[in-house]
Amino acid sequence: MKYAPLAVPQGASADTGLFPVRRPPAWRQYPSRVAALCLVELQKMRRDRTELLTRAIQPALWLIIFGETFSRIRAIPTGSVPYLDFLAPGILAQSALFIAIFYGIQIIWERDAGVLTKLLVTPTPRSALVTGKAFAAGVRALTQAVVVLLLAALLGVAMTGNPLKLAGVAIVLLLSAAFFSCLSMTIAGLVLTRDRLMGIGQAITMPLFFGSNALYPVALMPAWLQVISHANPLSYEVDALRGLLIGTPAHLALDFTVLIVSVVLGVTAASALLGRLAR
Amino acid sequence: MTTDIPAVECEELTYRFGDHRAVDGVSLRVVPGEIFGLLGPNGAGKTTTIRVITTLLPLQGGQARVFGVDVDRRKMEVRRLMGYVPQQLSANGALTGRENVSLFARLFDVPRRERRDRVAESLRAMGLEDDADRITSAYSGGMVRRLELAQALVNRPRLLILDEPTIGLDPIARSGVWDRINELRETTGMTVLVTTHSMDEADAMCDRVALMHLGTLRAIGTPAELKAALGGDATLEDVFRHHAADALDNSLPQGGFSEVRTTRRTAGRVG
Repeated sequence: MKYAPLAVPQGASADTGLFPVRRPPAWRQYPSRVAALCLVELQKMRRDRTELLTRAIQPALWLIIFGETFSRIRAIPTGSVPYLDFLAPGILAQSALFIAIFYGIQIIWERDAGVLTKLLVTPTPRSALVTGKAFAAGVRALTQAVVVLLLAALLGVAMTGNPLKLAGVAIVLLLSAAFFSCLSMTIAGLVLTRDRLMGIGQAITMPLFFGSNALYPVALMPAWLQVISHANPLSYEVDALRGLLIGTPAHLALDFTVLIVSVVLGVTAASALLGRLAR
Repeated sequence: MTTDIPAVECEELTYRFGDHRAVDGVSLRVVPGEIFGLLGPNGAGKTTTIRVITTLLPLQGGQARVFGVDVDRRKMEVRRLMGYVPQQLSANGALTGRENVSLFARLFDVPRRERRDRVAESLRAMGLEDDADRITSAYSGGMVRRLELAQALVNRPRLLILDEPTIGLDPIARSGVWDRINELRETTGMTVLVTTHSMDEADAMCDRVALMHLGTLRAIGTPAELKAALGGDATLEDVFRHHAADALDNSLPQGGFSEVRTTRRTAGRVG
């Protein structure tokens, strides 16, 4: 026999006239879909290691050129913390942001190539597909973060060695990348083309970055920018990363709450718009 | 009994894009175990019909059921019953064939302990076992199509839905794909719903065919019945011309060529 017989029993169940379909409980779908899509991301990355290095260039420049220079001129008061140490978590967040904010391009590519159609016909709720994609972006951001952290360590940034805090750093990066990739997928669902998504991605990355506490303390900002910074999830990400990595005072409970709520909202928005990409 | 419940049942299925009625009151039944061909010129509404049945498009009017399961109200169950290969040739080019099929095994909840064997079995059934660990961006068009069949089969679906499965493939790849589909039907009794432009293929491969034109069903029956109805030594091509004559004159300026061109282009752009 070349192919095994059908696994689903032949014959209908008497009461409904329908075929019984074996199905795992619904709650298991989310972790299993997230795991499946994260695995695909790892498989893809394994074959494209150059991207890991080319993407390390920008954070390296920020740390080496911007960081070293501003450490020397002491233009930004960061209290007892050296400026480079203050900056490192901000650059870590930035590198994750850059990966995530363009992640929607992948979903547009998958739409154009016909891959998305096939994913949508599997028994995967749209929100589970979006959640899976979001955490796949998180996995990619995490591998990038390892490179940035090594670089920061080489430059002498005093970072924690506490495994619990490092695990916290990983979770913060995962959640943030998940949120920003949902933002990207939401925009993808609105604009539907790669070119427009690239344009919008580039237009919002820098305001997100400069309108956060990544480069300077919020207290230094003019009042209007402080308001923006408080509405910017990146600020909460950097606050948590800085607290966990460098040991500066942080509002971890608030930071995690904001990030988790952002991810939920992001998944909801992106899955609501996924249908537009399916047509 | 199995045979009492149609594999696919559409009643007065209607779908509009804005003012355009892409599908306009289509009713049909696909009998379990048959290869059913949906034929028609470009723009006839074949793909839209299939997209409603596969739950990709919402049900706007009428009813559609797959093995008795309502496609509107019980989407997840319908999806578990079928495998779908869309018109566009596509595979994730950065992954190997095996990884591509594995992903679908996971997305269809194939139990972990069976997964490896089922993936290997699907690849073997499609004649891809020797190329399973190659990156799919190096696959030929025919291989990508067989890989897509393997992805659709890893769930062991009761219904296989194929939208223009041989478009853009060379004659050898075409017969390769059809050989595999026939083998499957013989060994598993799987029902196959297929759309095609190719009257030769429909004549040779399909047990029954339905002719669609401008969103409506014009004729339905076995290829022999339809040919006999036209009399003489009519071919299925003649039947097609008879029922869709006006379309053959008018369809080209509306993008008849561009549809084929898009498919060809994506065939070369896997990955």
